[in-house]
Amino acid sequence: MLNEQVAKRLRDIVGEKYFRTDQEALVTHSYDGTPMLQSLPDGVIYPQSTEHVQAIMKVLHEYKIPVVSRGSGSNLCGGTTPLSGGIVMVMHRMNNIVEVDMENLTATVQTGVITGEFIAHVESLGLFYPPDPSSMKISTIGGNIAECSGGLRGLKYGTTKDYVLGLTAVLANGEVIKTGGKLTKDVAGYDLTKLLIGSEGTLAIITEAILKLVPKPKTKKTLVAMYKDIYGAARTVSSIIKNQIIPATLEILDNTTIQVVDDFAKIGLPRDMAAILLIEQDGEPEVVERDMEKIYTICQEEKADRLEMAANEEEALKLLTARRSAFTALARLRPTTILEDATVPRSKIADMILKTNEIAKKYNVNIATFGHAGDGNLHPTATTDARDKEEVHRVEEAFAEIFDAAIELGGTITGEHGVGTVKAPYLEWKVGAAGIEVMKGIKAAFDPHNLLNPDKMFAKQTKKRVVITRD
Amino acid sequence: MTNTTLGKPCIEHKNPLAQTLLEKLDYDQLTNCMRCGFCLPACPTFRETGMEPASPRGRIAMMKAVVDGIMEPDQQFQDQMNLCIGCRACEPACPADVKYGHLIEQARDAIEDHAKHSLPVNIMRRTLFKTVFPKRKSWKIIGGALAFYQKSGLQKFAHGVGAMNMFPEHVAEMESILPEASSKGVIERLGTFIPAKGEAIGTVAMFKGCIMDVMFAGTNVNTVDLLAEAGFNVHIPKEQVCCGALHAHSGEMTDARELARQNVDAFMKYDVDYIVTNAGGCGALLIEYDHVLHEDEAYKDKAKWFADRIIDISELLIAKGRLPQFKQKKESDGVVRVTYQDSCHLRNVMKTASAPRTLVKQVANVQFVEMKEADRCCGSGGVYNVVQPEMASDILEHKMEHANVTEASYMLTSNPGCLLQMKLGIEKHKPKQPMEALHIVDFLHERMLSSK
Repeated sequence: MLNEQVAKRLRDIVGEKYFRTDQEALVTHSYDGTPMLQSLPDGVIYPQSTEHVQAIMKVLHEYKIPVVSRGSGSNLCGGTTPLSGGIVMVMHRMNNIVEVDMENLTATVQTGVITGEFIAHVESLGLFYPPDPSSMKISTIGGNIAECSGGLRGLKYGTTKDYVLGLTAVLANGEVIKTGGKLTKDVAGYDLTKLLIGSEGTLAIITEAILKLVPKPKTKKTLVAMYKDIYGAARTVSSIIKNQIIPATLEILDNTTIQVVDDFAKIGLPRDMAAILLIEQDGEPEVVERDMEKIYTICQEEKADRLEMAANEEEALKLLTARRSAFTALARLRPTTILEDATVPRSKIADMILKTNEIAKKYNVNIATFGHAGDGNLHPTATTDARDKEEVHRVEEAFAEIFDAAIELGGTITGEHGVGTVKAPYLEWKVGAAGIEVMKGIKAAFDPHNLLNPDKMFAKQTKKRVVITRD
Repeated sequence: MTNTTLGKPCIEHKNPLAQTLLEKLDYDQLTNCMRCGFCLPACPTFRETGMEPASPRGRIAMMKAVVDGIMEPDQQFQDQMNLCIGCRACEPACPADVKYGHLIEQARDAIEDHAKHSLPVNIMRRTLFKTVFPKRKSWKIIGGALAFYQKSGLQKFAHGVGAMNMFPEHVAEMESILPEASSKGVIERLGTFIPAKGEAIGTVAMFKGCIMDVMFAGTNVNTVDLLAEAGFNVHIPKEQVCCGALHAHSGEMTDARELARQNVDAFMKYDVDYIVTNAGGCGALLIEYDHVLHEDEAYKDKAKWFADRIIDISELLIAKGRLPQFKQKKESDGVVRVTYQDSCHLRNVMKTASAPRTLVKQVANVQFVEMKEADRCCGSGGVYNVVQPEMASDILEHKMEHANVTEASYMLTSNPGCLLQMKLGIEKHKPKQPMEALHIVDFLHERMLSSK
């Protein structure tokens, strides 16, 4: 419970309507896109400017009240569930696109802007912002920065971190820092911009961002390759990269995913295939033509059972829509869907899919796999029912083993969703005890009183690594 | 694989409303919502308020919180359930296929079970839901009375003495755009069977609707005419009653089910290929009669027969009809710009979106202009604009901004509520150039080259 004085001061900052402690506000900000997590905050606040955020943080700092800043709350790592109560700060009102600078090819935005709306805006100006997480219709740029979101185009274009040039952020004590700028080169001190990207709201509250834009690719071609043997698909991925072609998109869907997506999107996907690869190249017409021809040949060499080049943009868009709805379409199988993002070096993708299937079988759980095959970022997705505690436990054990397998293959526990709550017990597996200590030191330097998104990233206890495959 | 059913939480709620919600809400559907948030941008009340409680994800979270015992179903909870327009735009946006429309109906049904309405409201609800809507005769009387009011000079008199000032602004606004009512519905004008013109390609039954048949009887007549022209024999069952949509949306599920049974009986007497509607709002409930009556052993299968046959006129004409030619009334009219506002229920529940557009494009010398966000609710929502005037008015204002940009001469739609709302929007916000709101059937009928 907040004391009346705090509530009054917060109300004075944002106005009566935008600071709420009523039951419905608390309940509807007690969750995010992560299954089986819920915790009520003590208040919800909607700032409209960096100055608002500053003033709010001064009050919260004075009374040592924790705060979880968030956009649309669509993350999958329990990153914005207010586990320690406190205040949830919703950034939706800060949704201005401040400017698009055509000379420097940058955009300056408030971080509450919806990613999809921002992308539509810059594309209407003939420019391109490549990071495209599957949730972009509802996710905010601020949320994307906090989680360092990836997307389908990560392989060729990189992820959110490659497109953020500068940030305005409010520190736990209410001070404002500005990092970077409309600059390609800037080595003045530690790179705080990169440090804040992916910091999951634990270091500062990001209120404004300068984003890098690139020219919109002139053409795009989409190819679909289907395999009755999933390993043929995996070999194709490795082979394309080995041939030094970097496609804009290189996605994989396994059979379970194919069926579910087709039920949802009804686009006539072949339901008897073990895997589908969605391959896209963009850029100058000649280059696209040449690359796609070469890719076509590689697919044939790896014995693709069916090959289809999308005839037009509409068809291509449909196929991409299928991939985009994969996660959520899986939710139709069972009430609860747990989606992870274990990532391996792209050369190990076949081994990882093989291993995932094996683990799913061992624990007798349903796991469908799809994901960004080109950058090694897979989404093994378990479908279960939160009410079946015994099964959920088996799913958790299976995922622990999947994380372990990913690390063994030189990969990581999370490629693009973040650590948040659910991956915290595994962080040490990846970064080691010394790595955790450094990270904790950074956290303490930014936020000595642990007010910003507490209980995230660092677990009270690291999960025991029960499955040791190395010897 | 199917959804496993693990049942509801074992809680005995002290709060009686919470207990009813626990009993009535489909807990599997509540669990199926995985809170991905994809519904948020589709929701008109979330867009207007920017507040999570006014979103489908928020409302489902609150329903679940009440059932789980985390939250009391207080007045604010009830208000939030009632603020939902019921446009169901969240459903096509939901990848997990959560039946939000059913959940909100179940919630309102539970709320209504415990509602303590003031006496006047209670009398009004009882009159409307128990007397007026279910009974065919009362609609005739209303139609007759309204027609008398409009034609006798009483309306002029009322306006002259400023009588409408006694009503809240939004009621007065509505009154000013009401079309000419009539006590003569489609059956009184055409009888109960109208044969196809030329060779018959099918037999259909027409669902005439209660508001449609009083306020827009002409549209019903035109609908039959279009159907006959397109090659269908048309039955209009005399025993049909109100579809029950307004009951269902207002939490009067028992009444809605009773009406559904009457309609199923009325239509099953005829051997028809389709049951045609021209009102998205009615059609959306009719097509879900199998859900409405799914617990009724005696009617379950019959309701499925009924629901499987429901189709909107535009969809039927495009998919199965022998389309007549359509051309402008006068050659001198030149090219006419036309736009179309989706009926939410037609689009989101009956899944008919392209057929009306395709039909309009078939009219010679028509330039079809797609309005931005034509798929978004106009704020009408059955009686929503009467009970939630502020929100409805905000939504309408944004709608008319987009309408204005189209520079269309005709704003077409496929549902009486939407049509009235569009008329109101045009009256209130006066687009730059003259714009007329019409039911798509009337627009087409006026331009149809009859085979007669």
